[in-house]
Amino acid sequence: MNSLSSMIEVADLTHSYGGKEILKGLNLSIARGEVFALIGPTGAGKTTLLRIIDLLETPGSGEIYFDGICVPRSGKQRLEIRRRMSFIHQKPQVFNSSVYDNVACGLRWRGEERDRIAEKVDGILETVGLEGYDSRDARTLSGGEAQRVALARALVLEPEVLLLDEPTANLDPVSTAKIEHLIGDVARRHNTTMIMATHDMAQGQQLADRIGVLIDGTLLQTGNATDIFRSPRNEEVAHFVGMENIIEGVVVANNEGIATVSVGSNPDGIGIQAVSNYPARQEVYACIRPEDITLAPMMHRSSARNSLQGRVARVASNGPLSRVQIDCGFRLVALVTRVSAEELNLQEGSEVYADFKATAVHIMERNASR
Amino acid sequence: MTEIWYGLTKAMELIISFDPEVMEIAARTLRIAGTSCLLASLISLPLASLIHFRRFHGKRVLINIIQTLFSVPTVIVGLFVFVLLSRAGPLGELGILFTPAAMVIGQMILITPILLGLTISALSGVSKEVVETATSLGASGFQLVLLVLREARYAVLAALILGFGRALSELGVAMMVGGNIRGFTRVMTTALSLATTRGELEMALALGIILLFLALVINIVLNRLQQRR
Ligand SMILES: Nc1ncnc2c1ncn2[C@@H]1O[C@H](COP(=O)(O)OP(=O)(O)O)[C@@H](O)[C@H]1O
Ligand SMILES: [Mg+2]
Repeated sequence: MNSLSSMIEVADLTHSYGGKEILKGLNLSIARGEVFALIGPTGAGKTTLLRIIDLLETPGSGEIYFDGICVPRSGKQRLEIRRRMSFIHQKPQVFNSSVYDNVACGLRWRGEERDRIAEKVDGILETVGLEGYDSRDARTLSGGEAQRVALARALVLEPEVLLLDEPTANLDPVSTAKIEHLIGDVARRHNTTMIMATHDMAQGQQLADRIGVLIDGTLLQTGNATDIFRSPRNEEVAHFVGMENIIEGVVVANNEGIATVSVGSNPDGIGIQAVSNYPARQEVYACIRPEDITLAPMMHRSSARNSLQGRVARVASNGPLSRVQIDCGFRLVALVTRVSAEELNLQEGSEVYADFKATAVHIMERNASR
Repeated sequence: MTEIWYGLTKAMELIISFDPEVMEIAARTLRIAGTSCLLASLISLPLASLIHFRRFHGKRVLINIIQTLFSVPTVIVGLFVFVLLSRAGPLGELGILFTPAAMVIGQMILITPILLGLTISALSGVSKEVVETATSLGASGFQLVLLVLREARYAVLAALILGFGRALSELGVAMMVGGNIRGFTRVMTTALSLATTRGELEMALALGIILLFLALVINIVLNRLQQRR
């Protein structure tokens, strides 16, 4: 247990609500100054975990270490520890008072002097772009403004740990960008340790040093963005991180780290080249991100590259991109620009070649343990 | 009918001319009810907070009992305080029966359930999310109570004003433990009742009009508060 070097550590944490196990034995260690994104679908237990870390809730079992201190399950020390953190709840709640009073309250509760409070509050209101809002009734603010008040209220405390629960859910793109910018700024400038729950993978990727995938109360994988998005550990993670093509297959040969995987339903199978060390006869999933597939009118010949013949089953436009479903003995989804879809004159039934590199294929064991 | 008209004009005269006796009674009424309400709120606000924030067995039942006591008959409270303070009673030694102090005690007992019950429901109106936000921002238990009281301030104030109104307009306690002593414990309700039985219609009507006016003011203030929230 390296609880001395980590800012937050969670050991064998379980938690239930009404007999239903929500968190199932979590272990997690977050270093001082690290920005950690907790991603996972709705209902995975992200909020519950943050609430437990903020000491709003005592876990069913397991321990939490804060800066090396084992957090007691009750008593005055919990308040002291909680005062070293700030938690921005998913739905911003403003108090029935002015913006100034909203932002000042945490400092007042800590017994800060009047002048210092005024100084700090003015400074932070400027930082979040709410200068001049001091005497506004906080309840008349828009959603984005209220979220910025919530952010200011938390940041003015200069917390060692900042917990954020879906900080931009329900915000418009402009407000989202503002909030994301602020969060990134704080992380850089103050070296604040952050744990941010989000179901927006791009946000996690953009802001975090490390990402943890929480699905159904289990932390299935932690790692940097590339690890998570390129090499999901199992099918559930792969699904969640947008690996749309998850194809069952069997390794038939492995030649110096290039595996040939037989996929598809016909007896001989179709061979896919993939960078992998799995030996022959290993049952696997071959995962390919749809944006890693390019489409071409003819076969592409080169080593370590796949070029599969197929027929277009469906073309759907998706903003500036087109989602193309191809039947090449198995179903493959490719995401190409609309321009190239038009150039290729892709229509239902037309013949295309789906190209992708061997490095774009992520191979994972079937029935991988969770 | 003409008699009533005559009474009404006379009553208005009494009010407009600031008739010393009427004004003195009105002032005393406000003073006694105000004291009752103030003291009762000093007990009720902390107690209501305690009941609201603590989890304990029988909480639901306790709140139900408190709500039932909202409408306890004033004469029952009067009787209770009378027995308590009468010479032979447990607090007879104090010798405060038929004094304003006795009236204050009676009115406090009368309105404490209202203050308690309405304050508890005012506090319940503050969302769990607001409480948790404050907790996350580092409020201690006591600071949390103050914040919640502040968040619920309009509803709490409405509870106090309702209690004040009840103390102002009750008759049973004032009569039974105050004794309607002229210049000492005579308040608007007791004076009105006496004036009516004596046939002093203009006096009764004047007091009645002032009482109604106060009720109106209280109602307006309450409405305002309920709109603020
Ligand atoms: N107070 C509660 N009582 C009962 N069930 C709860 C409570 N809070 C959360 N849950 C349940 O716990 C699960 C995880 O919830 P949550 O932590 O909010 O997930 P997430 O934040 O990842 O969407 C959900 O199934 C939710 O219904
Ligand atoms: Mg959540």
